[in-house]
Amino acid sequence: MNLSSLVIPLLLSAVAVYGLGKRVDVYAALTHGAEEGLSVLLRIVPALVGLLTAVSMFRASGAMEWLSGLFAPALDLLGIPPETAPLMLVRPISGNGALAVASDLMAAHGPDSYVGRVAAVMLGSTETTFYTIAVYFGSAGITRTRHTVPAALAADLTGFATAALAVRLFFGGG
Amino acid sequence: MEITWVWTGMVVLSLVFGLLSGNLDAVANAALEGAGAAVELSLSMAGVLCLWSGVMEIMNACGLSAGLARLFRPVLRRLLPNASRDAETLSAVSANVSANLLGLGNAATPLGIRAARRMARGCGGTASDELCLLVVLNTASIQLIPATIASVRSAAGCKTPFDILPAVWMASALSVTAGLLAAGLLSRGRKRL
Repeated sequence: MNLSSLVIPLLLSAVAVYGLGKRVDVYAALTHGAEEGLSVLLRIVPALVGLLTAVSMFRASGAMEWLSGLFAPALDLLGIPPETAPLMLVRPISGNGALAVASDLMAAHGPDSYVGRVAAVMLGSTETTFYTIAVYFGSAGITRTRHTVPAALAADLTGFATAALAVRLFFGGG
Repeated sequence: MEITWVWTGMVVLSLVFGLLSGNLDAVANAALEGAGAAVELSLSMAGVLCLWSGVMEIMNACGLSAGLARLFRPVLRRLLPNASRDAETLSAVSANVSANLLGLGNAATPLGIRAARRMARGCGGTASDELCLLVVLNTASIQLIPATIASVRSAAGCKTPFDILPAVWMASALSVTAGLLAAGLLSRGRKRL
């Protein structure tokens, strides 16, 4: 038995039992949350249609390979698979764009391949940096952001490099 | 706005590469297939995403996020000593961090913005060290269970979509640490100059 097979049933039961103990209407909360999940999904479908169209054209034309090749020497030094270069370029700018690129990488290489796993971990350990900075400073009326951008990009770069490292560590390969 | 440039750039580059390599048939097919694949992806993501949002909602209703927020107060007092003197800022920041941990992005952003607004008062448009730190914390991912990614993996045919969790945690922890360290070093370095 896989340990991760235990996690999900255990988590679902634990949350339900704990909720009951706290006198929460567990089932109503579950369906209400699921409804919210659906509205999130509805909002990203149009973006995914636009972005996956562009991403699959980009791959079919050979431009994806060219872009990966361009960054390959630098990425090899950091131990990052060059196939993920387009993902790293899009990630700080657009969350849905990164989702589209990552799902394209998983479809092309397989979700359990080295590249597929690194793409998933990269997506999970970084955020849409520029969007976040714009939203926070925009609404707080800040125009001089000082060292925020370099520090945030340092976090992203560390996330990308350790994503590849962590996948090699936990799954091997690469 | 940036995404407009990225999108246009990708489509135009695809046309150019397709023309040069003679792959134009494949590019045309890919455009139509990509649009269809987006809807298929969304449909196959829907189940996991909705289930997870439901579980999160139960946790929220149980007071789990409020409890997490209490847990983080001492750490945040250390990290943002000036901002923490204002009780309302501290409670907004700790709620922001706990919502981020649970992956409630829609709840986290307004809380973080409320804190950022209070922290930006009277500083004339220049971000303070602590405000930079708060934003860096929000540009790093500290989500415990990345449900969207798990749903994309399962849509791609993965049988154990959550098996990447330890790797995600390790990469997230190192990335957040690097961001906070970089922010600290950069602010100190500039003061000395």
